[in-house]
Amino acid sequence: MSTDEVSSRQPSPQEGEAPPQLNQWIRAGDPWIWLTAGAVTLSLVAVVGLLLLLAVRGLGHFWPANVVAASYAEANGQIVPLLGEIIESEEVSGTRARDSGYAVTAPHVTRLLIKLGNRDSDGQDFRTVLAERLTDRRYPLNVMVLERREWGNFYGFLAAVKEQGRVVASGEQAWPVLQERLARALALFEEIRTLERGSIGTINYAMERLRLKERRLTLDDALTAEAQAELTSSRAELENRYTGLQETLTQLYSAIKRDTLVGQLADGREVEISLAKVVRAYRPNEMGTGDKIGSYLTRFWEFVSDEPRESNTEGGIFPAIFGTVLMVLIMAILVTPMGVMAAVYLREYAKQGPLTRLIRIAVNNLAGVPSVVYGVFGLGFFVYFLGGRIDQTFFPEALPSPTFGTPGLLWSSLTLALLTLPVVIVATEEGLTRIPRAIREGSLALGATQAETLWRVVLPMAAPGMMTGLILAVARAAGEVAPLMMVGVVKLAPALPLDGNFPYLHLDRKLMHMGFHIYDVGFQSPNVEAARPLVYATAFLLVMVIVVLNLAAIRIRSRLRERYRSTE
Amino acid sequence: MYLNSLQEQSPMNAAPSTNRGAGLAALIPDAPKMDLEKEEICLEVQNLNLYYGGKRALKDVSLRVARNRVTAFIGPSGCGKSTLLRCFNRMNDLVDGCRVEGSILLNGQDIYARGINVAQLRRQVGMVFQKPNPFPKSIYENVAYGLRLQGVNNRRLLDEVVERSLRGAALWDEVKDRLSDSALGLSGGQQQRLVIARAIAIEPEVLLLDEPASALDPISTLKIEELIYELKENYTIVIVTHNMQQAARVSDYTAFMYLGELVEFDDTNTLFTNPATKQTEDYVTGRYG
Repeated sequence: MSTDEVSSRQPSPQEGEAPPQLNQWIRAGDPWIWLTAGAVTLSLVAVVGLLLLLAVRGLGHFWPANVVAASYAEANGQIVPLLGEIIESEEVSGTRARDSGYAVTAPHVTRLLIKLGNRDSDGQDFRTVLAERLTDRRYPLNVMVLERREWGNFYGFLAAVKEQGRVVASGEQAWPVLQERLARALALFEEIRTLERGSIGTINYAMERLRLKERRLTLDDALTAEAQAELTSSRAELENRYTGLQETLTQLYSAIKRDTLVGQLADGREVEISLAKVVRAYRPNEMGTGDKIGSYLTRFWEFVSDEPRESNTEGGIFPAIFGTVLMVLIMAILVTPMGVMAAVYLREYAKQGPLTRLIRIAVNNLAGVPSVVYGVFGLGFFVYFLGGRIDQTFFPEALPSPTFGTPGLLWSSLTLALLTLPVVIVATEEGLTRIPRAIREGSLALGATQAETLWRVVLPMAAPGMMTGLILAVARAAGEVAPLMMVGVVKLAPALPLDGNFPYLHLDRKLMHMGFHIYDVGFQSPNVEAARPLVYATAFLLVMVIVVLNLAAIRIRSRLRERYRSTE
Repeated sequence: MYLNSLQEQSPMNAAPSTNRGAGLAALIPDAPKMDLEKEEICLEVQNLNLYYGGKRALKDVSLRVARNRVTAFIGPSGCGKSTLLRCFNRMNDLVDGCRVEGSILLNGQDIYARGINVAQLRRQVGMVFQKPNPFPKSIYENVAYGLRLQGVNNRRLLDEVVERSLRGAALWDEVKDRLSDSALGLSGGQQQRLVIARAIAIEPEVLLLDEPASALDPISTLKIEELIYELKENYTIVIVTHNMQQAARVSDYTAFMYLGELVEFDDTNTLFTNPATKQTEDYVTGRYG
């Protein structure tokens, strides 16, 4: 019928007026195609835009920006020298500027946010200024930026380098000397950290275990003189080792404190900074693009691989990445067997009736329960009840300080496993349903029991379905924050949950998590301006971590699918 | 309406319906006279009734299956021939609400008696389904599946059985170089022969074939039919088919079923050329009444 219409119209396309053409255009379904394509485009733009925003805002932070030196006319007419990075610039109405005391006539003015650093000397490291009053802008090549372990960045000029209070170099000669001595200080710092975290950490851990052992023996009334002597001797040995290390440590500390530098601020004041506190010193205005890219990569790598400093507003987020991934992996290990077994029972063994249907509906609804409710449940049941019981039964020696009776890695993973259980059950059931009846019958007809059929044929074929469930579970779990705040995630964990001390994986430890890190840095930080880029950068990395976890799972799934391809 | 569905499924009805009986007789000109009384009986169905919920699907069926012979079940769709076949290895147990009365004796023992090991029974009574259903494993593992279930893991023994079974199913020459490839890469006809190989690998006494060639092309069908002829040497075969020519070609005895009842059971030659009942004659000549 439609072909008739087309052929009758073809000879005289002019004849049909606009409405019939439009009519035909609509009937042919073109608007529908445009509408659906538009929806796809919109979704794509939203996703790409989100990632782009996170990437630009977050990753730009690590670029060593040029430092501007300028004179600024304050509201009271006083001219002050400023030195810092221009972070952002925005248009504001003149009224707002006048309210702040500036004599402004224009309806709109440009306002700049400048990072001045030097929080130790000036009290604030960001300042908003009016662009028109910032005059005499220069980019002096010898401006020096110091990244420090405390007080944030330093912006200024290098005046001199001192060794134990004695000037060893000043003026332009000081710069190479500084780099040289800074390298030494950083090496010493690394040594100190290794010593404190490694050997001394191990000794402390062993001491704590000895204390617990003694207490356990006391509780069991088994603290004989013999055992006591053994404890004392091991303790003495540890003490001995500790004293030795302590000595080394003291030497290292005095060595690292040897050098200082004298920095000159924009207004001419001089400050003395110990090299022990400096992470990096560079002259951004002097650097070429190549140097800057190198510096960018170094700083980005530091962000990914280092620990946070200054209440999370500086340094890296490695413990958070590590915590997130580890927790999700443990969750996956917990949820997969639980979910798969439940699905197998529901689909393979349970009699399909109203009760099964009710259970299935309940499971589906469980997926819709707000995650914070799971957090409350985890805290009440896992942490207080289960954890409390475990402590009483297995760790009475540590009481009253709790071992498992406090939020920790195990409870976080378990809570998330509970949270994602419905997803895994539903997806696995889906996978089981899709296996053709003929395949099961084929196995049964060869004399296999139902259990043998399940193990040898059905479960391997349902593996892609299980992986789908796991992918969804991982995606949901990795981004979850609310329940974790109650069951184990903290702002700053003193140690990673995985280390060299037996039993290596410490399920009772608290952990850091990227989602919570974003919340903490963004909302709980004392220094909002400094923390903001890190919020974006952490969010970007969180997305990346989830993408990587998912890609890994999808890869496994597509390999499984390939194996069973034509049965679907 | 019933007639229509029959006509669609039975290829015979597409041809002009003259001389049908003579045509079928011509297919089996020298068929030896079979006599069930002289045969050794392998399976015996006694007064079998089968219910799906409240519906009675098999009505008082009794018949005997001779050892090392091919017995075919024919009849229109829904007549219960597949259901009867699936009683022989108790595949109907898997269907919810299915109930069986009466008995089936395998070598004199009732397979529906209490305490019968169903898995053991299915090792004795193998089955091949309408659509090829190889497992998503290698060709080798498909054939070895039944033996592995029995705990056989000796590589040499498995190799031997796999080769013997594949040769038995006339598939060896086609797949001997790619035993470790996925069975799903085989053609439909090859897959069907593979599942036959899989079934005979555990050396059952009886082989049930549920329309084994209905999903295959003519050449594959021919190969399967030749295979059935050869397998008869060692196995008792029961085959369900829609295709009366096929029944006439491969079987020694034929049972005609209609609406859950066994209408006529005789040696194939007699049933096709000289049926005892009008109903059978109408069906085999394609007149259907």
